[in-house]
Amino acid sequence: MNEFHSDFEIVAREDFSDVTFMLEVRHPMMARAAKPGQFVIVTSHPDGERIPLTIADFDAARGTITLVIQAVGKTTLEMKETCRVGTHLYGLAGPMGIPSHLGNSKKVICVGGGLGVAPVYPQARALKESGAYVIGVLGFRTKDLIFWDEKFRNICDELIVCTDDGSAGLHGFVTDGIRKALEVHDDIDEVVAIGPPMMMKACCDATREAGIKTMVSLNPIMVDGTGMCGGCRVKVGEIVKFACVDGPDFDGHQVDFDDLMVRLRRYKEEEAAATKRWSETCRMTQV
Amino acid sequence: MKKRTVRSIPQQRTPVRELDPVVRSRNFEEVNCGYDEQEALLESQRCLFCPEPKCIAGCPVNINIPAFIEKIGAKDYRGAYDVITGTNLLPAVCGRVCPQENQCEGVCVVGETLEPVAIGRLERFVGDLAIANGWVNRPYIEPTDFKVGVVGSGPAGMACAADMAKAGCEVTVFEAFHEAGGVLRYGIPDFRLPNSVVDAEIDKLRELGVKFEVNTLVGRLFTIEQMLDELGFSAVFIGTGAGYPALLGIPGDSLNGVLSANELLTRCNLMKARDFPNVDTPLPLGKHVVVVGAGNTAMDALRVTKRLGAESVACVYRRSKTECPARAEEVHHAEQEGIEFHWLTNPVEVIDDGSGSVAAIRCIRMELGEPDDSGRRRPVPVPGSEFEIETDQVVFAIGTNANPIIGQTSKLKLNKWGYLETDANLMTSIAGVFAGGDIVTGAATVIEAMGAGRRAARSMKRYLGLREAIEEPSSETIFGIDAREHNFVRVKAA
Repeated sequence: MNEFHSDFEIVAREDFSDVTFMLEVRHPMMARAAKPGQFVIVTSHPDGERIPLTIADFDAARGTITLVIQAVGKTTLEMKETCRVGTHLYGLAGPMGIPSHLGNSKKVICVGGGLGVAPVYPQARALKESGAYVIGVLGFRTKDLIFWDEKFRNICDELIVCTDDGSAGLHGFVTDGIRKALEVHDDIDEVVAIGPPMMMKACCDATREAGIKTMVSLNPIMVDGTGMCGGCRVKVGEIVKFACVDGPDFDGHQVDFDDLMVRLRRYKEEEAAATKRWSETCRMTQV
Repeated sequence: MKKRTVRSIPQQRTPVRELDPVVRSRNFEEVNCGYDEQEALLESQRCLFCPEPKCIAGCPVNINIPAFIEKIGAKDYRGAYDVITGTNLLPAVCGRVCPQENQCEGVCVVGETLEPVAIGRLERFVGDLAIANGWVNRPYIEPTDFKVGVVGSGPAGMACAADMAKAGCEVTVFEAFHEAGGVLRYGIPDFRLPNSVVDAEIDKLRELGVKFEVNTLVGRLFTIEQMLDELGFSAVFIGTGAGYPALLGIPGDSLNGVLSANELLTRCNLMKARDFPNVDTPLPLGKHVVVVGAGNTAMDALRVTKRLGAESVACVYRRSKTECPARAEEVHHAEQEGIEFHWLTNPVEVIDDGSGSVAAIRCIRMELGEPDDSGRRRPVPVPGSEFEIETDQVVFAIGTNANPIIGQTSKLKLNKWGYLETDANLMTSIAGVFAGGDIVTGAATVIEAMGAGRRAARSMKRYLGLREAIEEPSSETIFGIDAREHNFVRVKAA
């Protein structure tokens, strides 16, 4: 054992809903190095794929980093079953990507949609620590999926929780939350939006007219996460960038979200086949 | 021994057995079966033992080629291995992947009249024998207090790590992927360089005391400066490779089904996607694949997609076959396996099928004009010669640019292309930090990277004030013990 080495032990787990869960993983060196906006590549077992996950929290004192995962495909469904406290991830590399640029913004709206609530947390916290006035806007589909609202309340000057079905908080999408905040504040310097591409696109459209700087964090398909494969290339203002080493944060008003969404569908069939195959074999073992 | 002449030696180069092209183009077995003992002995008879061997100078690491061939001829295979490993750590790798026709074999005197001596095949014969018999040259290592960090576990890093370990340093190699080996692992496919060979070569380093730390992205987890200031490394070698694939830069190059050769090969080789869905990493299977480029990476991409089951695989290259940068053997193998070549053809647009995937690639015919800066004749488009090739997968293998991570995270001086700047001793702008391989020169070959790793190690030893070990094991007995058997190394005081 030495200071570089970690066996990626899972020291805590919390399930937010049927599909969303949080893992706290021991990696003291990464906990010291991590900065808001960065991500990791996780490999759950030797035959596993490398999946990028944004770092949702890091604690240098505890020597851990926190990941929030939504079980949507084969790998994440499997992780939901196998990643228990005391088990180990097979691989965890990072922190990757350029840390978020925390400029001189005095008043910021931090928008998190669904799973994007987790990665926007470290940015909101860092902005608060740097003295900014932070308005949190969190969006969930329904009441049961809400997580970390208390955690945000502790670091935000204002918090707007939205649900698509109106079961809690504001009835509407995060864009409605943004509009509500903009009605009250005419001096917003910056919006940080993290969530599904469609949501980030809508947030950018909501701020474009007012010309408010809007940063988004992109999470395209990646293999290595170190700039080597080019799978994560995205169009930003007609220039092609690699999200893993040139991002993952980009000026949302420059991002070609339609291109991103098409590229995210690249392995849809393979992913569906793998998930189907996995859930079938899983059921078989349960019988 | 009677003096050999071009007339007295076997006139024909000993052929090497290869798998049948039809069978092999559907599997990942190694194509080239290598020489057996009889074939190696026969081929060793073709070396003239020139008084001034050009082959040594032609080798980027200056292996004493006639000396090891002489040992093979005398059936002293262990001796041959010792000669090679005096300068080249990885004979089983280099025998397979070096472009010998441009190096040792390209300048072989026999080659002026007949086909040159098959130096690469002989080297591989020795390397494979060493792996089979578990030969390791573990010299007596006198420990020093120095800790050396090596960033990147590819050929440059491995070569530097071996030399520094032999010099008594505590060496740790850092790799961002979850497995060590760099391009040997993610890039070069199994049918050209089996993973078992890479594993064996890495094990040899471990036996020298080298530690490997995978899942470690240097620059981001800790910086180069931190390695020196906080983590206690006396010296650092950076061999991170070029990475960052160059894009086609034509309309449609971000469509689904357009991917870099690096991505294709990484998915297939490192992530074993060819076994999907038994492994989790998917790899889309194109029915009609077009690969743009004609270097070794392009050849690997072509032959991998063929093996994955593509019905047709075509190579598109803007120059002619003469200018193509791939090893001659790879092009030959690709042709045998039924890959189509469109020489003097340049892609101009990838065409959308209406749903964001590839339908076809539009190309234009080229002709060769005046020589350009590289001395090769510049290809110029033939007006009105555009045509389309129907395809559902386009792979680009048109070179790489510098990976930006080390530059983003350190104060190291870069040149205008983003590669690390080094002095004649391969030291970077930070004292004690050395660099070599593709991250300094741009994309080159495995053996050139290894050569750079070794040159950097020599400089690093001088920087640390370490004396140079004589690597040739003595053949005498010392106190009744066979020195060679126990790999004693004499150390010369500097």
